[in-house]
Amino acid sequence: MNDLSGFDVLVVGGGNAGLAAALSAREGGAKVVLLEAAPQWFRAGNSRHTRDLRCMHDAPTKVMSGAYTEDEFYKDVLSVTNGKTDEHLARMTIRASTECTEWMSTYGVRFQKALGGTLQLGRTNAFFLGGGKAMMNAYYDSAERVGIHVVYNAEVVALSVTNGEFQNVTVLIDGQSNTVCAKAVVVASGGFESNIEWLKEAWGPMAENFLVRGTPYNKGKVLKSLLDLGMESISDAKEGHMVAIDGRSPKFDGGIVTRLDCVSLGIVVNNKGERFYDEGEDFWPKRYAIWGRLVAEQPEQVGYSFIDSKAMGKFMPTLFAPYKADTIGDLAKQLKLPVEQVEATIKAYNDAVQHGTFNHEILDDCKTTGLKPAKSHWALKIDKPPYYAYPLRPGLTFTYLGLMVNDRAMVLMKGGERTKNIFAAGEIMVGNILGMGYAAGIGVTIGTVFGRIAGREAAMQALNPKSASDAAPEVAVHATR
Amino acid sequence: MLPVELLDEGQHLMAVCNSCRYCEGFCAVWQAMETRTVFEEKDLNYLSNLCHNCSECYYSCQYSTPHEFALNPPKTFAKLRVYTYELYAWPGPLAKAFHRNGLKVTLLMVAILVAVMTCASYILGGSLFMTVHDGNFYKIVPHAVMSIAFAVSGSFSALALLIGFARFWCNVGESYSTLANPKALITAAKDIFTLVNLDNGGDGCSYPTEKSSESLKWFHHSTFYGFLSCFIATTLGAFYYFVLGQHGPPAFTSLPVIFGTVGGVGLIIGPIGLWVMMQRRNEEIVDKSQDGMDLSFIVLLVAISISGLLLLVLRQSAVMGSLLLIHLSFVMTLFLTMPYGRFVHGIYRSGALLKWSLERSRKPKAKASS
Repeated sequence: MNDLSGFDVLVVGGGNAGLAAALSAREGGAKVVLLEAAPQWFRAGNSRHTRDLRCMHDAPTKVMSGAYTEDEFYKDVLSVTNGKTDEHLARMTIRASTECTEWMSTYGVRFQKALGGTLQLGRTNAFFLGGGKAMMNAYYDSAERVGIHVVYNAEVVALSVTNGEFQNVTVLIDGQSNTVCAKAVVVASGGFESNIEWLKEAWGPMAENFLVRGTPYNKGKVLKSLLDLGMESISDAKEGHMVAIDGRSPKFDGGIVTRLDCVSLGIVVNNKGERFYDEGEDFWPKRYAIWGRLVAEQPEQVGYSFIDSKAMGKFMPTLFAPYKADTIGDLAKQLKLPVEQVEATIKAYNDAVQHGTFNHEILDDCKTTGLKPAKSHWALKIDKPPYYAYPLRPGLTFTYLGLMVNDRAMVLMKGGERTKNIFAAGEIMVGNILGMGYAAGIGVTIGTVFGRIAGREAAMQALNPKSASDAAPEVAVHATR
Repeated sequence: MLPVELLDEGQHLMAVCNSCRYCEGFCAVWQAMETRTVFEEKDLNYLSNLCHNCSECYYSCQYSTPHEFALNPPKTFAKLRVYTYELYAWPGPLAKAFHRNGLKVTLLMVAILVAVMTCASYILGGSLFMTVHDGNFYKIVPHAVMSIAFAVSGSFSALALLIGFARFWCNVGESYSTLANPKALITAAKDIFTLVNLDNGGDGCSYPTEKSSESLKWFHHSTFYGFLSCFIATTLGAFYYFVLGQHGPPAFTSLPVIFGTVGGVGLIIGPIGLWVMMQRRNEEIVDKSQDGMDLSFIVLLVAISISGLLLLVLRQSAVMGSLLLIHLSFVMTLFLTMPYGRFVHGIYRSGALLKWSLERSRKPKAKASS
């Protein structure tokens, strides 16, 4: 059995935030142990499904084009969160994001060249060569090289904390219960999106029908344990990133390929064959962000996107082939939908479509009149066979209910008092910055920035507790360097 | 014909990969994939030959086995490749040789050739164990016999490979007229000569294990350029003989000997390096049924080089005669098995790189990327 005593810093969770914390703590001279719930091949939580991170930069870099200033970045945060953010933490994260790619590179993370490939986000985001799993492989190689002790199949189920001071964790390693102590702890164990029971507490029985796009290992046990111990929570159990994905996707771990981009090119009906929302309201990513919830509100949490031949080839290729038929009736029959209602819905829609100039790149003038709900852009008649349909289900990517932290990544207790040696990074504290909504790549940014701060602070706390706890909050600024 | 299960496996791979695209920075396969939305057998045939087996994608893949999507791109492409080798083989009935082209068959062939040549030598009154003081091979096997035997077997090989290439070219949907594109030819040649797809911007690739390594590239270079150097040596030898009329054995400082020696050394280091890597490789991502083909090719190349270099050193001793027959038997075996063994990968991969180079020159990019 592993000897898990004598470590300075314990990191719980082996995703991007956890590894950033572990490597930073090691940079600070601490002896580090990292507990990862998954087996080695499935390590790294949702980070294995990521692809890029969003970074501020004032001039083109090797891996991003143009410029993306602090103010523009912050405006984007305000816009996706509807103002539900903490300006101080958000701006600090944005500023610290400028050094992320360089720091990651020192640990072997490779990036695609700017403007390479078919990417739409080459200005605001830096893309990992080979995606998130490749990034994490590089991190884990580096962790091994610098002597971080990593334990797989190690699920932390509870923490012991007295008077705001972390004592130890209870961890199941290969199913066997162990206690691991350390002088400081960084919790980077993600959200609770794969804990269906907890989701049902928040959403009701409908959560049974959600698909989880990410790792099946994010059960939220560390989060729950800390909240029960009196830590202050942030955001809400129903907040998170939920999108409409292909209804045939796996229950867990389907990742990026479950994406469906065809909603705006046709209409969407529920299992009664009725439309329920304006499919042409806005662009991806706003459309992307709201449709998961829209489908979740429908009976049985399903929807069906109907398109015709004109739409084929206008959206990203899909994992599963669409259902296909020469008549709408046959298509509805294949999907076991009420045939007459679907035919009536599509007829009513076709009759309401006004003539316009179709342009998927702008909010064009193709719309319906007199239809409820309206389709306000990209409305073309569904009249060119063969017809196609994709089933939709809500796909939960991550949850925002988390631990409130300060700018030194210290976990705060109810009433605002800070804990002594408990730090948080990644999805478990992402709600501090994202009260709702999502902007591509910002999760990895927050994980990296707070992972680095948490690791540095935890090392300081473990190695030199007096000066660390006395240090002013500005230390955090230093810690991001 | 591609077995249904393998077609399904290839199409499943492409369905997942084309809706993910995280690997697009790695190599030509993924960029070529992104310009397509439909993956028929011909597309799989093309893409599998474009794959250089660097395996970066496998380790980066969030969907590789044991994920329920069970992807294994290097292995799937390897299985597809060997089917394309059979599909394009000429003459058709010899296609099955790819599965029988193991080490035993190769060595048996060498033995038969040695026996036949020895008998023929005795019957024709040759002087097999005589010491030839000037090192002149042709006193053992007359030049005319050697030239005719190798001209016939070499031409057969060349013809078989040419027809194979033509079959590949048509099968993947190109026409002969598209070959007349000097710019594309130059780009493809650059990709072939530099192995840019095994390079990853200088980091190397994930073969034989996950750790980045440039050894596959360099051992392949050693093999490839060693082969090329030997080919040049042979061509120069023929030129000296027929055009310059130098009928004696070439001097140690002559160009054919220099090219042959450099090439021979390359053909020892390269294939042995590739063999060592085979012993260390991750078995999960290879199609083990192709090991015999690889091993026999490696053994032949190394045996030819060693016997060839020995022949150079010992050409004035009594063993020269038997050594010569053994060397010639190895070379003859290589010639005869070339169109039905690992050698053909070079033909089809070059073809795939040429097609990729043409596709790049033809862009606009497919709409599918928007």
